[in-house]
Amino acid sequence: MFKFKHENLETNAGILLVATMLAISIGGLVEIAPLFMIDSTMEKVDGVRPYTPLEQRGRDIYIREGCYTCHSQMIRPFRDEQLRYGHYSLASESKYDHPFQWGSKRTGPDLARVGGKYSNEWHVQHLIKPTSVVPESVMPNYPWLLTTPLNYADIGDRMRALRITGVPYSANAEEYQRNVAQFGEAVAKTLHIPDAQKNLVAQAQEGNYDGDRTNVTEMDALVAYLQVLGTMVDFRQYKPEDLVKYR
Amino acid sequence: MANETPRTSVQTTGHVWDGDLQEYNNPLPAWWIYGFYITVAFAVIYWIIYPSWPFGKGFLPGVNSITYVNAEGKEESWHWNTRAKLLKETQDAAAIQKPYYDKIASLSYEQISKDPELSSFVLSAGKAIFSDNCAPCHQAGGQGKIGHFPNLTDDDWLYGGSFDKIHESILKGRRGYMPPFAEALEPAQIDALAHYVLSLSGQKAEPAKAAEGNKLFHSQTAACYYCHGDDAKGRPIIGSANLTDKVWLWADVPGARDDAARVAAVRQVIANGLNRGVMPAWEGRLKPEQIKLLTVYVHELGGGK
Repeated sequence: MFKFKHENLETNAGILLVATMLAISIGGLVEIAPLFMIDSTMEKVDGVRPYTPLEQRGRDIYIREGCYTCHSQMIRPFRDEQLRYGHYSLASESKYDHPFQWGSKRTGPDLARVGGKYSNEWHVQHLIKPTSVVPESVMPNYPWLLTTPLNYADIGDRMRALRITGVPYSANAEEYQRNVAQFGEAVAKTLHIPDAQKNLVAQAQEGNYDGDRTNVTEMDALVAYLQVLGTMVDFRQYKPEDLVKYR
Repeated sequence: MANETPRTSVQTTGHVWDGDLQEYNNPLPAWWIYGFYITVAFAVIYWIIYPSWPFGKGFLPGVNSITYVNAEGKEESWHWNTRAKLLKETQDAAAIQKPYYDKIASLSYEQISKDPELSSFVLSAGKAIFSDNCAPCHQAGGQGKIGHFPNLTDDDWLYGGSFDKIHESILKGRRGYMPPFAEALEPAQIDALAHYVLSLSGQKAEPAKAAEGNKLFHSQTAACYYCHGDDAKGRPIIGSANLTDKVWLWADVPGARDDAARVAAVRQVIANGLNRGVMPAWEGRLKPEQIKLLTVYVHELGGGK
């Protein structure tokens, strides 16, 4: 009968390789794999939708400027975080984020629910020169956002790429109808790839995020993105104990 | 050295590398072994108490539970998780604050500010609410920012500094507006008005231009008096500024380098108007009793009337 001896493992590179891989895959198997199976991983809440073209470009700028290196977007279910940042984040709130911006490094505050907390004017001043409104801030200045026109020629391609990852942007009439059924007509229109450029400009002009309606700047896009963060779910619809039961 | 024999009696693994390199085969220390067994036992206990092993579409919920009050006001238990724990902690903290908030809701503003115990609650709770919601614009001490956000610590109030008016501002928000005059008036007229406005608060201004600005101010052409009043002291009911005091919000007169820069600062406001003075409404974001508490806090910042 074969008797297992540690020596067999240590003196046989092939067996050692297989055994090592088995050992290190346990972490993934017990921590990640079950999340794809467990029913209560994703809360069933209304209101979460993919970003509009302008918000999506703002998100790209957020990533380009490396905002995620200092700002997280994940409010944990602790009382101190709830008091400062608002309701804890839900998994379903970042289901259209590719990649998600949860992060684990907070040099600056969490931004998961920054939307609607400050005025557009405040965001513009703050991004140009953070210390002008928060004297103790260590955040760098981003003055070029206000003067750089937004490049949105490739917004269709960006949305098509996200569509491949499963974000329900619509590329044809059939998908558009599916979105109308899922999100309602007003939202579905903003998710239609062929109209992306038109929708982007319209939102920038209507929202007037940077205080100048005559142009579409990177500031317009970034502020539009910041102002939508964490605002999609209306928590008044849900009893606190309902969300407790998703864990 | 090469031929030295091992100095201890511990067994070696039996291998010899490079002719003389050997490896001791020491057993693990007992403290380490027992420490390891304890962690294993700890893990098993942990699995039983807290949510742990996944299986199928669910997971072991653990025997530990948390009891909180549900939306119907009844006690309800659920297996231990951080969300349930948070809900319970939030409810416990609210229960501690409830006597204070109940008092605040039932008393008048004057009674609240005269009650020493309530005042200290207003100061500490108000500071937290103010820091989170108000300080980003009005700054940590409420001193505001010239050119953008009003100072809350002086006794100059655009919309009124009484308890009721402060409450209204927080609850409903404000929207400051002044029309631009760049197209309606000639540059020389705007210049004259700027000199007049500066003279109103005792700043240096050219008398001839100020006199002409005075006429324009009260004329139908510019009609400044319409909002700012005949005496230029502003009308709190619409939030028009008092131009006779030395308090500046939109035109950075105190920060200007010289006389010309002071005139330019005022001229810029008259020419471009204002459409930025947006104070958000906090109704719905904060609870009514929190807004009442904040009202007292802002009133006590120094300038309440």
